[in-house]
Amino acid sequence: MSASWSCPLPLRDHRRITIGHGGGGLLGADLIEHLFLPAFGEAARDAQPLDAAVLDIDGPVAFTTDSYVVTPLEFPGGSIGELAVNGTVNDLVMAGARPVALSTAFVLEEGLELETLARIATAMGAAATAAGVGLVTGDTKVVDAGRGDGIYITTAGVGSIADGVDVRPARMTPGDRIVLSGPIGLHGMAVLSVREGVAFDTTMQSDTAPLHELVGSVQAAGIDVHTMRDLTRGGMAAGLCELAAQAGVGVVFNQDSVPIPEAVAAACNLFGLDPLEVANEGVFVCVVDGDSADSVVEILHGHQGGHHAAVIGEVTDQHPGIVVQRTRLGANRVIDRPMGEQLPRIC
Amino acid sequence: MCLGIPGEVLERYDDRGTAMGRVAFGSITKEVCLTLVDSVDVGEYVIVHAGVAITVLDEVTAAETIDLFEQMIEADQP
Amino acid sequence: MKYLEEFGDPTLAGHILADIHATASQPWTIMEVCGGQTNAILRNGIDQLLPPTLELVHGPGCPVCVTPLELIDRALAIAAIPGTIFCSFGDMLRVPGSDGDLFAVRAAGADVRVVYSPLDALTVAEANPDAEVVFFAVGFETTAPANALAVREAQRRGIHNFSVLVSHVLVPPALRSILESPDCRIDGFLAAGHVCTVMGLEEYESLAHTHGVPIVVTGFEPLDVLEGIRRTVHQLEEGRTEVENAYARAVRPEGNLAARQLVGEVFEVTDRQWRGLGPLPASGWRLTESYRSFDAESRFDVDRIEVDEDPRCRAGQVLLGLLRPNECEAFGDSCTPRHPLGAPMVSAEGACAAYHRYRRTEIGATR
Repeated sequence: MSASWSCPLPLRDHRRITIGHGGGGLLGADLIEHLFLPAFGEAARDAQPLDAAVLDIDGPVAFTTDSYVVTPLEFPGGSIGELAVNGTVNDLVMAGARPVALSTAFVLEEGLELETLARIATAMGAAATAAGVGLVTGDTKVVDAGRGDGIYITTAGVGSIADGVDVRPARMTPGDRIVLSGPIGLHGMAVLSVREGVAFDTTMQSDTAPLHELVGSVQAAGIDVHTMRDLTRGGMAAGLCELAAQAGVGVVFNQDSVPIPEAVAAACNLFGLDPLEVANEGVFVCVVDGDSADSVVEILHGHQGGHHAAVIGEVTDQHPGIVVQRTRLGANRVIDRPMGEQLPRIC
Repeated sequence: MCLGIPGEVLERYDDRGTAMGRVAFGSITKEVCLTLVDSVDVGEYVIVHAGVAITVLDEVTAAETIDLFEQMIEADQP
Repeated sequence: MKYLEEFGDPTLAGHILADIHATASQPWTIMEVCGGQTNAILRNGIDQLLPPTLELVHGPGCPVCVTPLELIDRALAIAAIPGTIFCSFGDMLRVPGSDGDLFAVRAAGADVRVVYSPLDALTVAEANPDAEVVFFAVGFETTAPANALAVREAQRRGIHNFSVLVSHVLVPPALRSILESPDCRIDGFLAAGHVCTVMGLEEYESLAHTHGVPIVVTGFEPLDVLEGIRRTVHQLEEGRTEVENAYARAVRPEGNLAARQLVGEVFEVTDRQWRGLGPLPASGWRLTESYRSFDAESRFDVDRIEVDEDPRCRAGQVLLGLLRPNECEAFGDSCTPRHPLGAPMVSAEGACAAYHRYRRTEIGATR
C-alpha cells in the first residue's frame, strides 16, 4: 500500500466526512470498500464481511482494549493511527502475548477531510503489518461537527500466550534488576511542543512503535522475563509505581542511568515538567533475574528502538510499594504516581 | 515559584512595535518577548519566565562562581 | 544545557556540602522563601545531605498556595460565565475553591485554557473578538512584568475584550510578617532569585537590618541552592546579618529597571489577603487607574463570593514555618494531593505536596 492515497471515484462526491458516512448505508459501505480496506492493505487481508471476526487461536488468549484521543491528530513521528495500533499491540505484548488481531472502531467528526482519514488509516495498516497483526473487524460512527476532535479511535486486540509465560507483577523478587528499553519522554514532549509552538529538530519525535520484536527477542533467547510494563501515560513514574504497588516490593533506580534525550530535558525545563512523568509510546521496562539483566541489555541494543537500553535499577525488599530514585547528588527521592494531565506551569 | 530557564538569543525582531526574539533552550527554540532586556545581543543568554526574558545572564560572573566552587575544597583542606 | 548542567555538577556539590558541614557548629533554621527552591531541594534530596543540625523550612513563595480562596472562587465564577474564555497558567487549574476547581468548571462546559504566557492569552483575545477573554494574573514580582506587558499591549493595540483577574503578591511584606510573628523561629532566609532578578536587593537590606537576619539571594539549580545555604550558614556562624547575592549571574543590585518601570506603570501597591497568612498591608499589586478598565473584577459582576475554607487546613502555620507539613493532623490522611484540603497540597511546589511526594518513605518509617 502506497503512502499517497488518491480519492477514488465513489468517494469524490464528498471530500469530507458527512453524517451519512456513519448511517450504515451506502456511504458507509463506500468508505469501507474504498478508503479503509485499501488503506489498511495487507493488514486487512483477513477482514471478513461479517458482524464479528472469527479467529482460530490455541491456548490462553490475552484480550485488551484502548481508546485513542490526541491533539494534534498528526505529530512529529506519527499520528493517532500508529498510536491506536501500537498502543493495543503493546498492551498485548506486555501481557506476554503474541498479538494476533485487532478491531478498529472510529468515531469521526462531521467535516473531517477524507484525505486526513486516509492518511491515518494508511498509517494504521502499515503499523499493523509491521507488528504482524490483522485488522479484522471494525465500525464507524459520525458525530456532528464540533462534537469531536476529528477522529477518536478505539482498538481491541487479542493475542495468544505461549506455554510457560507468566509475567504477572507478583513475580518481581528482591534482587531482580530493571532494564529500561530506550530513552524516555519523546512522545509526550513532541506532542506538547507542537501544541505550544516550540520549534525543535528531528531528534524529538514520538517514539510510537510496536514492542513485539524487542520483547520477542528477549524471550527467544530463553530469558525468563519476570514482568514488564510499557511506559505510556504517566511515564516511567507511573509504570514503576504501578509495578511496585502491585508486586508489594520496593524499586530503586539511579537518576543518571535513565536516558533522557537533550531535547526532552530542555522542553521539560521550559514547561516545568518532569521527564519521568511524560508519556512514551514505544518504551518499556522489564524485570529479570539479576544475572540476566546484562544479556537483556545486549539483546535490546541489537534492535531498532533498543539502542539505548540500560539497566536502571533493582527490586528491593526495603520500602515495599514505593519507588525511590537515587539522585545525582547521592540522595533519595521518592517517586510518586503523577496526578494526571501534564500542564505547562510557571512556578 | 517563578520557573526561569536560561536560553540563548538566536535572533531579534520587531513584532508590531514589541521587541521579540527566537531563543534556544538546548536544541529547542521558542519565541520570547525581549522588550525588558533591550540591550541583549544575539548569542547572549537570558532567563525566560512566562514567555518574557527578565534578565541577561552574566557569563563572566557565572564562570567566576563555578571557579569558586572548584577552589572551595582546596581551601577546606588543611 | 548551558548554565543548567554546570550548576548541577555532583562533584562541585560535594565541595559546597563539605564546606557547609565544616562550618555549621550549631542548630540553625533556614527558610527557603521560594517554592521553586523547595522543589529543587526535595527533588534533588538536598535536605538529606545537610548536617542534621540544619533545618530547612519551606516558605510562602508559591502563588498557587497563597492566592486567596475568595479570588479562586471569583475566578471559577467568571470562568463559568457563558461567552467567556478563561486563560490561566497550568498551575492554577487544580487549586480547590470553595466548590471545585477550574478543571471542574471546564468539565461543566466552560472554556478554560492553559497558556504558557500572558501574551498567549492576548493572542486568544485577538483571535476571538466576540468572546471576553480573562487572564488569571497570579504571581509574585517575577511574573508581574509579563502580566503588565500583556495589559499594556492590550491597551496599545486596542484589544478591549481582554481583561485580567489580578492576584499579585509581594515577597518582602510576607517576610516581614513572618519575622514579626512572635513565634518566628527562622534564623536566615534564602531569598527568591528570580524575584530579585526583577526587583533587585534594596528592599531586603532594610529587612536584614531591622530584623537582624541574614538574607542570601539564591538561585534554583542544585549548586545555587547549596551555595545559598552555605553563605547563610557562614553569616550565622560569624554573627553577620547582611544581604548577599549568591545568584549574581542573574541578579543585579538594582534589578531589571525596564521591568520595574513597566510594573510601576501598570500596577500600584495594595493590601492583599494571603491564603494561609491572612490580610497583609501593602502586600500586593493591583491595576493603576489608567489600566483599571482591564480589571476583570470590576468588569464581571459575579455574585457575592462566600468563602468557605476547610477548618482542618493549617496552611497558615505551614507557610509561616511554624508547622512541618507532616505534623498537621490532616496530612496524608484527609489531605492528600488527590484530595487537597488547602492550597499547599495542590501545587507541585506547595510545601505539603512536596512533602507528600518526596518524603513518604521517611514518614512511613516514623509513623
